[in-house]
Amino acid sequence: MIKVKNLHKKFGDLTVLDGIDEHIEQGEVVVVIGPSGSGKSTFLRCLNLLETATDGEIYVDDRQINAPKVNVNEVRQKMGMVFQQFNLFPHLTIMDNITLAPVLLKKMTKEEAVRKGQELLERVNLAEKADAYPAQLSGGQKQRVAIARALAMNPEIMLFDEPTSALDPEMVGEVLDVMKDLAKSGMTMVIVTHEMGFAREVASRVLFIDQGKVMESGTPDEVFNNPQNERTKLFLSKVL
Amino acid sequence: MTGLQAWLADFGNEFYKSFIKDDRYKLLTSGIGVTIKVSLLAIVIGILIGMLIALCNLSKRKLPKVIGGVYTDIIRGTPSVTQLMIIYFVVFGSWLSMVNLDKWIVAAIAFGINSGAYVSEIIRAGILSVDHGQTEAGRSLGLSAFQTMTRIVIPQAVKNIFPALCNEFIVLIKETAIVGYVGLMDIQKAGDFIKSATFQPFMPLVGTAIIYYVLIKILTLALRQVEKSLRKSDVR
Repeated sequence: MIKVKNLHKKFGDLTVLDGIDEHIEQGEVVVVIGPSGSGKSTFLRCLNLLETATDGEIYVDDRQINAPKVNVNEVRQKMGMVFQQFNLFPHLTIMDNITLAPVLLKKMTKEEAVRKGQELLERVNLAEKADAYPAQLSGGQKQRVAIARALAMNPEIMLFDEPTSALDPEMVGEVLDVMKDLAKSGMTMVIVTHEMGFAREVASRVLFIDQGKVMESGTPDEVFNNPQNERTKLFLSKVL
Repeated sequence: MTGLQAWLADFGNEFYKSFIKDDRYKLLTSGIGVTIKVSLLAIVIGILIGMLIALCNLSKRKLPKVIGGVYTDIIRGTPSVTQLMIIYFVVFGSWLSMVNLDKWIVAAIAFGINSGAYVSEIIRAGILSVDHGQTEAGRSLGLSAFQTMTRIVIPQAVKNIFPALCNEFIVLIKETAIVGYVGLMDIQKAGDFIKSATFQPFMPLVGTAIIYYVLIKILTLALRQVEKSLRKSDVR
C-alpha cells in the first residue's frame, strides 16, 4: 500500500533520514520506535508530505506521491494524521471540528457529515461532547476527537505522531484503547510512539529507527525479545 | 447678583452664542455626519488594504514582500496630514482630476491608505500568532492552503487582533480631525468655525472635545460587546 524507496531528508546540513526503504501492506499496524531525534516523526511526516523528501520516492497504491504535479490535497485526504499536540481547531465546536473537512471538500453533505460525526463520537465515547469547544475537554478527550476528525474523511491510512506523548499518564489508556479498536477494524496504521506495551500488543510489525535509518524491522516478538541490532538492544535496555 | 449667578448668566450667554444663535449647532451635527462617513469608509478601505499588504508581507515570494515593505515604510514615515494633502491636491487634484469624487470620499481613501499600513502590521502579527500546528492539521485533512487560511487560521487570528484593531479604529476617527485641511467641515472644523465667528474659544472647542469623546465611548462599548461574543469558544 505504501512503498518508500531510498527516502532522504535533510534540514540544512543535518541529515535526518538517511535512506529508508519500507513497504507497508494494507491492514498492517506498523509501530515506529527509536530514540528522540532519530527521524521517526520526520519519516511519518514525509508520508503525508508535511515534509518534502530531499531524495527518494514514496508510492501510495503504486502512485508516486512526491512527484511534481501530484495533487497534494487529494493524497492527504486518504491519509488521516493525528498529532502529538492534538491541533483541534479551538474556534469550532467538536462537531464542527469533525465535519469541517468532509463538508468543505464536498465529500459529504452537512447532514451526512453530522451523522458520521455522531457515529464517530460514539465510537470514541464522546457523543455528549458534540457541542462543546476543545478548551472544555481534557487532553485524552481532545486526542480522541482528533482521531475522530481524521476518520471523518474515511482515510485508507492513519498516521499517528506520538499521540500519547503530551497526555497525563492517566489519560494514555483511553487513547490507546481507541487506537486498538481501530487496529482491530483492519485500518492500515503507522504509529510513532514510546508506548512499548502498546507496540507489543497491537503492532503487526515494529520498526526501530535510529540515525535516520531503519535498524531493525520485525514482529513485536522478534524485535522486543530477540533484537539483532546492537543499537536496538541498547535502546530497549533503556526503555523497557 | 452673587458670583455664581453672574457666572451662570455668562455661561448661558456664551452657550447661546456658540450653539443656538444662527443655528450654529447645525454646523456641529452635520460635522458629526462628515466625521462618521469619512471614518467608516476609511476603516473599510483600511482593512482591505491591510489584508492585502499583510498577505504581501507574509508571502514567500520576493516581489510582494518588497511592495508590502515599501508601502508600510512610506506610510509610517510620513505625517497623515501630508498624505491627505498629497492624495487630495496631487493625486485627485491633478493626476486623476477627471475622476469626479466627493471630497469626503477622497478624504476617506487617503485615511484608508494610511490606516492600511498599520492594519497590515496588526493582521500580520495576528496570523503569525496562530500556532503552526493549526495549519498542519488543516492541510493534513486535505484542505488547500487557501481553505486552511480562510477557515482555520484567519478566524483565530481575528480574535487575537480584535483589540488592536479596535484601537486602530479609534486612532483613525481622531485622525480624521485634520480633514479641514482639504476643506471638509467635520466636527473639528465646525468647532473651529464657531470659534472664529464668536471669538470665544471655550464653548466650541470643549464642545468639540465632548462630541469626539462621546462618539468614541459609544464605539468602544459596542466593540467590547463584539469582542465578548468572539471569545465564546474560550470558555473552560
